[in-house]
Amino acid sequence: MSALDNRSGEPSHYSRVWTFRTPRARLALWGGWLALVALFVWCWQVMNEGTLWIFVADAPDQAMDIGSRMFPPELAYIAELLMPLWDTINIATLGTLGGVIMAAPIAFLAARNTTPSVLLVRPVALFIIVASRSINSLIWALLLVAIIGPGLLAGIVAIALRSIGFVGKLLYEAIEETDHHQIEAVAATGARSAQILHYGIVPQILPAFWGIALFRWDINIRESTILGLVGAGGIGMKLQSSIDTLAWSQVATILIVILATVVVSEAISARMRQALI
Amino acid sequence: MTAKTSYPRHWKRPPQLVTTRRWRLALPLLILSYLVLAVGSLEIDVERVIEGLERGARFIQGFLQPDFTSRWGDIRRGLIESLTMTLTATVVGVLISVPIGIGAARNLSPRPVYLVCRSIVAVSRSLQEIIIAIFLVAMFGFGPFAGFLTLAFASIGFVAKLLADDIEEADASQIEAIRATGASWWQLIHFAVQPQVMPRLIGLSLYRLDINFRESSVIGIVGAGGIGATLNTAIDRYEYDSAAAILLIVIAIVMLTEYGSSYLRKFLQ
Repeated sequence: MSALDNRSGEPSHYSRVWTFRTPRARLALWGGWLALVALFVWCWQVMNEGTLWIFVADAPDQAMDIGSRMFPPELAYIAELLMPLWDTINIATLGTLGGVIMAAPIAFLAARNTTPSVLLVRPVALFIIVASRSINSLIWALLLVAIIGPGLLAGIVAIALRSIGFVGKLLYEAIEETDHHQIEAVAATGARSAQILHYGIVPQILPAFWGIALFRWDINIRESTILGLVGAGGIGMKLQSSIDTLAWSQVATILIVILATVVVSEAISARMRQALI
Repeated sequence: MTAKTSYPRHWKRPPQLVTTRRWRLALPLLILSYLVLAVGSLEIDVERVIEGLERGARFIQGFLQPDFTSRWGDIRRGLIESLTMTLTATVVGVLISVPIGIGAARNLSPRPVYLVCRSIVAVSRSLQEIIIAIFLVAMFGFGPFAGFLTLAFASIGFVAKLLADDIEEADASQIEAIRATGASWWQLIHFAVQPQVMPRLIGLSLYRLDINFRESSVIGIVGAGGIGATLNTAIDRYEYDSAAAILLIVIAIVMLTEYGSSYLRKFLQ
């Protein structure tokens, strides 16, 4: 047995080989791994009950087939994509704007140091943030397309509703991290609470605020490229119609345009955030 | 009158971010002109929106009285698919991303391996789950198997990148100390790198489990199985009370996994 078993006095003998863990820890570790493997195997079996392995075996051929149809991409199609691309960028930008406008008051209500009531208002604000975060923008879009009809508006509202949670969460954490000495100093001059907000808190969170908004804008560009799949406008709608008509060379072009847009927007937002901070 | 009275009586907060006067004037103009252009290109069908508000009201009613029972069989099947898909995809994704993550760490791998692994990571990260799902459904057929592959592929980019960054930040003196004992490369990984990055790797895996569940509720829309397919059907049938029930279940599970995984991560670190 190992040296650790004999705690009182000198251990009877030392192990000659140094090991990482005590035997008990090793046993627990193996038990944990075994449980994970068992769970994995069980889940795998449940999941694949309905899988048709004939289709899976066929996949390489299908991949080759699609690949050969995608190449060469139909580059002339780009001209038709410019308008949907502009729509996509508008969905992301206007959606971010709407989301930020709604998120800012919620963040102030959720932050411990600015909320009017920790017991009543804060939980409600936190619930709004969590609910918005846990539903993907595509699902928001699916709902909104059913409610207000297909088109850009559904996409914008979906992006806005999804952004509330993200921006709200990061912003309320920033508000909670503000330096309270500065706020106290402003309060000591006899400032009203609106003035405290304006002169004490806002200057401290402003860089973080713009950083968060830009970061979310970048994510929203990414997400708005696919909202069209459920009918919420933008370049995703072109993608959907090209897939439905099995025009794989057009699909390839659209994917290239989407990738380029995402890379450019990421570069822009990273550049601007660097300039801010 | 002395000069003292000419002190300014008011103080205005100085501008914080945009300090050049010219830009301070130009920026709002630029933003305003963009907004005019963007809003001008929107085509909003007001009648359709008003018509839809009634449906919106029905949907909110559905949220207040969710219907768990009448589609329970479908919901149950969707949930089981989503949960099993999430777990298997996370396990496989993490298993594959460990070697790729080690390969993508500059301090452990030779240059060619590093470049190959980093490009795998870049490809996996830049493609969205839903687009990968479209292709994999076309290749592997409908159902959770395509969803499992999608989530596993997306997990690779995420976990491998963060793992590689963490390995690159690992304490170099510990690695050097183990190397000085004459350890082989495998022993180096086992005794110097693994203890430093293991807590973080477990944390990452739990976080990815959480993300994969969220994503699994979406990729069903394009036919990759899971609760998303059930949700899509419910909305297509205008069964808002069933849709609300599904959404409430998704929110509850997401909250549970989020709190559970953050608690577990705290416990492990």
